[in-house]
Amino acid sequence: MSTWTDHGAAPAAEPVEAPDPPHGDDPHGDVSLDARELSAELAGGEDRATDPDVAAYALRLGDDALILSQNLCGWIARAPELEEDVALGNIALDLLGHARSLLRYAGSYDGRSEDDLAYWRDEPEFRSAWLFELPNGDFAHTIARQLLASAYLLELYRDLTASADPVISAVAAKAEKEVDYHRDHAVQWTLRLAGGTDESRRRFLVALDDVWPYLDELFRDEPLHERLDGIAVRPSSLRGRVDDVLAAVLAEEDVPVPSIPGSSAGGRRGAHHPSFGPLLAEMQVLARRHPGATW
Amino acid sequence: MVTATLAHAREVVAAVVDPEVPVLTIDDLGVLRDVRLDGDTVTVTITPTYSGCPAVDAIRDDIVLALTSAGFDNAVVKTTLTPAWTTDWMSDDGKRKLTEYGIAPPTGRAPAGPIRVKLSVACPRCGSLDTREVSRFGSTSCKSHWECRACLEPFDHFKAL
Repeated sequence: MSTWTDHGAAPAAEPVEAPDPPHGDDPHGDVSLDARELSAELAGGEDRATDPDVAAYALRLGDDALILSQNLCGWIARAPELEEDVALGNIALDLLGHARSLLRYAGSYDGRSEDDLAYWRDEPEFRSAWLFELPNGDFAHTIARQLLASAYLLELYRDLTASADPVISAVAAKAEKEVDYHRDHAVQWTLRLAGGTDESRRRFLVALDDVWPYLDELFRDEPLHERLDGIAVRPSSLRGRVDDVLAAVLAEEDVPVPSIPGSSAGGRRGAHHPSFGPLLAEMQVLARRHPGATW
Repeated sequence: MVTATLAHAREVVAAVVDPEVPVLTIDDLGVLRDVRLDGDTVTVTITPTYSGCPAVDAIRDDIVLALTSAGFDNAVVKTTLTPAWTTDWMSDDGKRKLTEYGIAPPTGRAPAGPIRVKLSVACPRCGSLDTREVSRFGSTSCKSHWECRACLEPFDHFKAL
C-alpha cells in the first residue's frame, strides 16, 4: 500500500516514499517527482477504462485536444499582441488539461500512461481529425480554425455531460465551461477581422475557405459510436447546431457560409494531414531524444 | 480523540494557500473537497479550477508537506472532477480577501440568451464600475485582464466560471 496515493494507472510501479519534511527556507523542501506521482496528478486518476471502445473513444477526443493545443502553443511569443499571446496560451492550456484527463483514461485500459500515448505513438496511431491538425497559418487562419473547432467542441461537450460514462461526463462538465470562453474568443476575433479593414476581411475570407473542408469529418458517424450508444455522442447529431451557430456568427458581418465540399480527410483511421508529421516530430523530439528526461 | 485529530488535519490542510493567488487558502478558493482520516492515513480530495491548471501539482505537494510537518506521515491526495468547480465554490471571505489583494472577485454569470449581456466589474482599487475588459484571458487560467477608466489602473479579475 503506497503512502503517497493509490491509483490504477501504474500497477507495476514500486512503492513511493512520502517526501521528506521541508528543509531550510525552501517551502517546497526536497521534493522529487517520478512517473508514478506524475500520473497521479491527473483528475479522476483512480478510474480505469474497462471497455476497449470507451478507451478508443477517449483516445480520439484526447488526440483532438492534444493536437489543437500543440498547434496553438506555436503562437507563444509570436502572437500579434501580448494579450493575444496570453489568450492563445490559456486556450492551449485548457485543451492540454482535457487531453491529459482523456488520454490518461484511454491509456488506463491497457496500462499506458498519458506520456506513452503523447510521445511514443507514431503518426498512424493518432486519431485526431484534420481540422485540429491544420497549420496555424496567419492569425486569420488560426481564428477561422478556432471558430470551427470551438463551435464543434462546445456542442460536443455539452452533450457529453450526459454520457453514461462517469469519467467522460466529468471531463465534459469542466471542458464545456472552458470551451465556452474559447468560442467567445473566436467569435469576437471573427467579427473583428471580418468587419475590420479590407485587408483583415480579405484574409479572413481566404482562411475560412481554407479550413472549411475539414469541418465535415467531425460529423461522420462510425460503428464505434453505434456501439457506444449512451456513452458517445453521435457526431451527425451535432451538425445542425454547429451549422446554426456558425451561420449566425458569419451573418453578423455578412460573411457567406462557404459552399465547399468536405475533404475525405481520414484522421479517425490514422491517415493524417500533410502538416501533421512535422507537428508530431516537434512535439515528440525531446521525449524521444532524451527518454526519461525530467526537469 | 479521533475527532480531534481529524479536525486538526483539516485545519492544517485548509490553511494551505493557492500558489498563484497566495492571499486565498484552498478552502477559500473552494478546491478543497474532503479530508478523511483512516487509521493514520489522511486522505485529502481536491478539484482543479481549470482543467489544465498547473497549480494543482504545487497544491498537492504543499498539502503533503503541510501534513507531514504537522506529524501526519501518511498523506494521500486525490483529485476529482465531480462536481465541477465553479466560482460559486469560492467563499464570501475569499471574495473579500481577493478585493483587498487587488483582484476583482468573480461576479455572477451573465444570463444566457439571444442578446449578449456583459456584467460590469468594479475596480478593486477605487470601486468604479467604469472599467474595460482588456483581454478575456489573463495571467492565469482563472483571471481576465481589465483596466479602470476612473483611476486608470490595470487589474486582474477572477472570471466567473
